[in-house]
Amino acid sequence: MKRSLFPFLTLCFCLAFFYLPLAVMTVGSFNNSRFGGAWRGFTLKYYQALLRDRDVWICLENTLVIAVTATMVCMALGTAAAFALHHYRSKLQFIHQALVYAPLVIPEILMGMSLLLFFVALRVDLGMGTIFIGHVVFSMSYVALTVLGRLQDFDSTLMDAARDLGASAWTAVRKILLPLIAPGILAGGLLAFTLSLDDFVVTFFVSGTGSKTLPIYIYSSIKHGSPTKLNALSAILLAVTFLGAFISRLVAGRGERADRIVGSGGRRGF
Amino acid sequence: MAGFLEFQDISHAFGAIRAVDGVSLSIKQGEVFSLLGPSGCGKTTLLRICAGFQRPGAGRVILDGADITDLPPEKRKVNTVFQNYALFPHLNVFDNIAFGLRIAGRSRTFIRYEVERMLDLTDMADHAGKRVGEISGGQKQRVAIARALVNQPQVLLLDEPLAALDLKLRQRMLVQLDAIHDEVGITFLYVTHDQGEAMSISDTIAVMNRGRVEQTGSPAEIYEAPRSSFVAAFIGDTNFFDGAVKRIEGDYSLVFIEGLGDVTVFNDKQIRLGGAVHLSLRPEKIDIHVEKPMPRTNRNLVQGEVEEVVYLGSSTKYWVRVGEYRLAVQRQHRRFLLDERTTIKWGDRVWLEWHSDDGYMLERYSEADEELLVLPDIEPEAEPDTPAAGAGVPGAESVDGEAS
Repeated sequence: MKRSLFPFLTLCFCLAFFYLPLAVMTVGSFNNSRFGGAWRGFTLKYYQALLRDRDVWICLENTLVIAVTATMVCMALGTAAAFALHHYRSKLQFIHQALVYAPLVIPEILMGMSLLLFFVALRVDLGMGTIFIGHVVFSMSYVALTVLGRLQDFDSTLMDAARDLGASAWTAVRKILLPLIAPGILAGGLLAFTLSLDDFVVTFFVSGTGSKTLPIYIYSSIKHGSPTKLNALSAILLAVTFLGAFISRLVAGRGERADRIVGSGGRRGF
Repeated sequence: MAGFLEFQDISHAFGAIRAVDGVSLSIKQGEVFSLLGPSGCGKTTLLRICAGFQRPGAGRVILDGADITDLPPEKRKVNTVFQNYALFPHLNVFDNIAFGLRIAGRSRTFIRYEVERMLDLTDMADHAGKRVGEISGGQKQRVAIARALVNQPQVLLLDEPLAALDLKLRQRMLVQLDAIHDEVGITFLYVTHDQGEAMSISDTIAVMNRGRVEQTGSPAEIYEAPRSSFVAAFIGDTNFFDGAVKRIEGDYSLVFIEGLGDVTVFNDKQIRLGGAVHLSLRPEKIDIHVEKPMPRTNRNLVQGEVEEVVYLGSSTKYWVRVGEYRLAVQRQHRRFLLDERTTIKWGDRVWLEWHSDDGYMLERYSEADEELLVLPDIEPEAEPDTPAAGAGVPGAESVDGEAS
């Protein structure tokens, strides 16, 4: 049977569409030319310039500090929200649910603007603190929803069983509940981390003048600085992202295995 | 003597529903005690109260002389085998069984020794390292039992432990459960809706209905001497009659049953002359004859017509119309059936005979319990070519005594 070439060509086109710009950028970061364009020989000088650029390092540090702290706070608050949503039955839960979902659908520009107005009204100094708060606000819901999914698949008789075997309520949570919903918390945390890492819109509104994160720095460099240094920076970010995606696949894979086991215990799987 | 495990006047309501309504039970040390009843009868609530997952609305639970009503589950020396097993999916078989001992802070060597003993007892030694998702339903069941027993509880609570297994596996597990009980000798509190399970494993059965205990006794007592129409109909199959005492002859009384005639019954309830009587008569106690047998003392004999025949392999069940009643009769095949010359067919006129002792007088009767009886899926009126039998009046079948 003659197979159609069409799906194959579509695939090639899609991949080219996705990855050609990235490839051009990566190649450009090694191009010994001031403005890109034609190939003028291999160089690492942009990478060297990047290493010497103090601003980049400060922005990177800001970005990571905010991403890490915001992620940890999101994991704690999001898990708590998921517990509350799952555990308590009340008419108000409908509102709670809506409030948790809302940040997923509210346009970011709206959220950034409202946060800015809010901070100004309260006379809060804009800076790292306000960026951190903004990031927690928009990523918490992702953690809450992934954990809620895990909780809905959690068989509550397991807690009864743990208590029955002599575990106190807290020990049962620690030994049974947390290990079983950990993949959900972790997956939500990873989402929150990547969202925080590359957020531009909200950060742009609430960052003030002093503190910059990497996305803000890149934006302003494109307007004022040298695009070639940015090529190098982007290439590094790209490499790190690929690594991150690879690791997250590994983690998610382990989570799926846990799901299979939970699922075969007579409960519905994911 | 007070029991080892006692429920004293336990009541519990969920909203407006009284799940358990004034239940008192006394369970002896080392016995297998079953709570048997249909779903919603309160048996599982009672078990959860015993395990400590549910605080009863009223009443006390006494274990080995100590009041455990207010203790949390982890402080009670009872362990539960859950209906869905509730094994921990992130732990392997060994770690599941070791869970309780680890919580109790036992030494590593002690845990190793005890868990391996349990693995041997439940025949799971080859699967110790497997994940819970990798073993079959029957094996999960055995792990659940091992996980509970390893803590050496004073009472093992079993909540419909075999409900999720298929028939053959259920029968095998039942035998194994019995063997495990013989081995460890601790008290089992066994909750089930399956009368067969309860009959074969229990020393004592408490039959529950609508939050109350209908009757407590050995399996044979429950089956042979049911106190209420619910017990008679829920366990096995039976025929119900109602009538009035017409004459008393020593230990026996002659009871007139409208639509059937006079029958003699052992009068163990000392019903006076003219008193109302409700009878339960098990289908297998009735002999079915094609030829009229010789009349004997203390034997009741009626004539009827076969309306339905259901061949069950080891036995055949007949529904025979006698007057206003349709009697279920079960006949065991002790010989090679295909050789039997006198096969009874649909429409045959037959003689039914039973001993006077076999019609058992009930203390409590409720018409609603007639719903529990197994009936063939036929309506006599719907089949006009079925001739009405015996002394019965055609078209008069819809009497409540018909057990339909």
